[in-house]
Amino acid sequence: MSTATATKVSAAPPRSALTPPRRRSKRMRHRATSTALTIFTWIVTLGFFFPVAWMVFTAFKTEAAAATKTPTIFTALSLDRFAEVLDRGFGVYLLNSLTASVMSTVIVLLLAIPAAYGLSIRPIIKSTDALFFFISTRFMPIAAAIIPIYLLLQSFGALDNISALSILYVGMNLPLAVWMMRSFFSEVPLEIVEAAQIDGANFFTELVRVVMPIVAPGIAAAALICFIFAWNEYFLASLLTSTMARTTPPFLGSFVDGRGQFLAVLSAASTLAVLPVVLAGWLAQKRLVTGLAMGAIK
Amino acid sequence: MTAPDLIRTVAEPEDQAPAASRTTRRRPPKPELSGGQKKALRLARALVWPAIVVAILVTQIPFLVTIYYSFQRWNLMRPGSRGFAGFDNYVTVFTGGAFMQSLAATVVITGSSIVLSVLFGLGIALLLNRKFFGQGLARTLVITPFLMMPAAAALIFKWSMLDANVGMVNWGLSVLGVDPVQWNTDFPALTVIMVLTWQYTPFMMLILLAGLQSQSKETLEAASVDGAGPIRSFVHMTLPHLRQYIELAVLLGGIMLLQVFDPIAIMTRGTGGTKTLSYLLYERAFVGLEIGEAAAYGVITVLLTIIVASVALRLLFKIFSSEGAKS
Repeated sequence: MSTATATKVSAAPPRSALTPPRRRSKRMRHRATSTALTIFTWIVTLGFFFPVAWMVFTAFKTEAAAATKTPTIFTALSLDRFAEVLDRGFGVYLLNSLTASVMSTVIVLLLAIPAAYGLSIRPIIKSTDALFFFISTRFMPIAAAIIPIYLLLQSFGALDNISALSILYVGMNLPLAVWMMRSFFSEVPLEIVEAAQIDGANFFTELVRVVMPIVAPGIAAAALICFIFAWNEYFLASLLTSTMARTTPPFLGSFVDGRGQFLAVLSAASTLAVLPVVLAGWLAQKRLVTGLAMGAIK
Repeated sequence: MTAPDLIRTVAEPEDQAPAASRTTRRRPPKPELSGGQKKALRLARALVWPAIVVAILVTQIPFLVTIYYSFQRWNLMRPGSRGFAGFDNYVTVFTGGAFMQSLAATVVITGSSIVLSVLFGLGIALLLNRKFFGQGLARTLVITPFLMMPAAAALIFKWSMLDANVGMVNWGLSVLGVDPVQWNTDFPALTVIMVLTWQYTPFMMLILLAGLQSQSKETLEAASVDGAGPIRSFVHMTLPHLRQYIELAVLLGGIMLLQVFDPIAIMTRGTGGTKTLSYLLYERAFVGLEIGEAAAYGVITVLLTIIVASVALRLLFKIFSSEGAKS
């Protein structure tokens, strides 16, 4: 039952005795609409979430149970499919993804935090131009840069190298991080920023001790979003890595050839691949919302 | 030289921020700066430069090289044949026929995914904006598709949801008495649009929900007291208020969707009207090994994106400056 309706009802108990019957039925109709809307919302929500739930459920089935025309609900569940996935060397790919995501996110933070701070030193520096430069690099399709990057890495023997991939992820995520963080830095009271900028010698101490704690939640949100984009990235990873530095998304992409029964093992691999980011996203949901929506709007 | 001047000299050769630089030029001359201000300005520049340099090195320089390549006759299969080609690659692109098809595929897939995910996102945002049992949990579940790795989402949709024999969608249709549909082979573009819509709806929803929550409750209540029904107050008050949020959602979603590659590579491999510009470029460069021609596709893609983006940038600048006026 909706709490809004509940408070409204409880707020006016003395009057309800005097309420004419017509108004009472109107209130009941209101309550019915509200319940119906809640049920409808949940149907939509669950329908929307269904592919994820079904993926996780299928991961615990046997191949035979997964590949039936009519879905099997009551069936023996086991962790065997996960063991099978890990036997195929999935751990290495997960580790590569983790390395690339963490490395690129750390470098992005090291570059973006000072840049966002620099852009928030007001009112002298007019920050819009630099901001627009950053966001405009994000507009450029990565396809436009891939050929020289591929040939360059090839000539240096740096194809299939996790560090090279990480640096490209830095280029990919930097604009977004600067853009988002600037909005968080601009919430820092002006006096604090000014106090810090006058005393140039103590500048970095000031940044770390005074400003950082204020913007820490924003930085965490930006870091999480950079991590998610790097973890999920497919295009660069599939072209620039092959065996040693292969990350999870391109490995998943080449996981099935469409022959035989593979639905359960594919679901298990996908579940493992999405798990870290989905869990992190769920836990840091509020931050994520602020980071994406407000960071973009402010 | 002021900081904007410095930065503009960087931004302008790319000509990617037309809205920004044009507005700067109209700005009145800067007042004289004091010593302390100059020091702060130098500091600010020093802080911003490393990030700008990295952004230029990783994204802008390779693009300039791509422009150079696009004027080269260069196929990796014939190493000796490399040389200056003038506009030959561009002529090949525009007379080849593949380009127009690819452009159409890009417009159809990007356009319908944006429209559908904004519509669904708005609907779900409206549903989630009221207080109800399990509101927090429902929002958590709804944002999950956006967190899903696109490669995994594409695979799950292709095999687990849309497969002709064992897919859940066909099972659902069979319950309703509809014959199984060969989604992957008969409607490849639709399958790509479906997975993209599913993944981007939560993103649109988050932005629109932020918009709904920023709308003042008092105004809505006042309207309700004045006798405006929920539909009237939605059309006349909520929608105008949401406009800039919708624009922003379309803009950001558009940037990401224009570059989309994963579901096409995984689900359709560019068959059946799904060969978008980024997939076509990939095919020419990494399967056909035609470096020059692929580079020409890259340049054209960027030019098209700039056209779309400069419109979008102007919009963003409008939002940005109105926010600046408020603070």
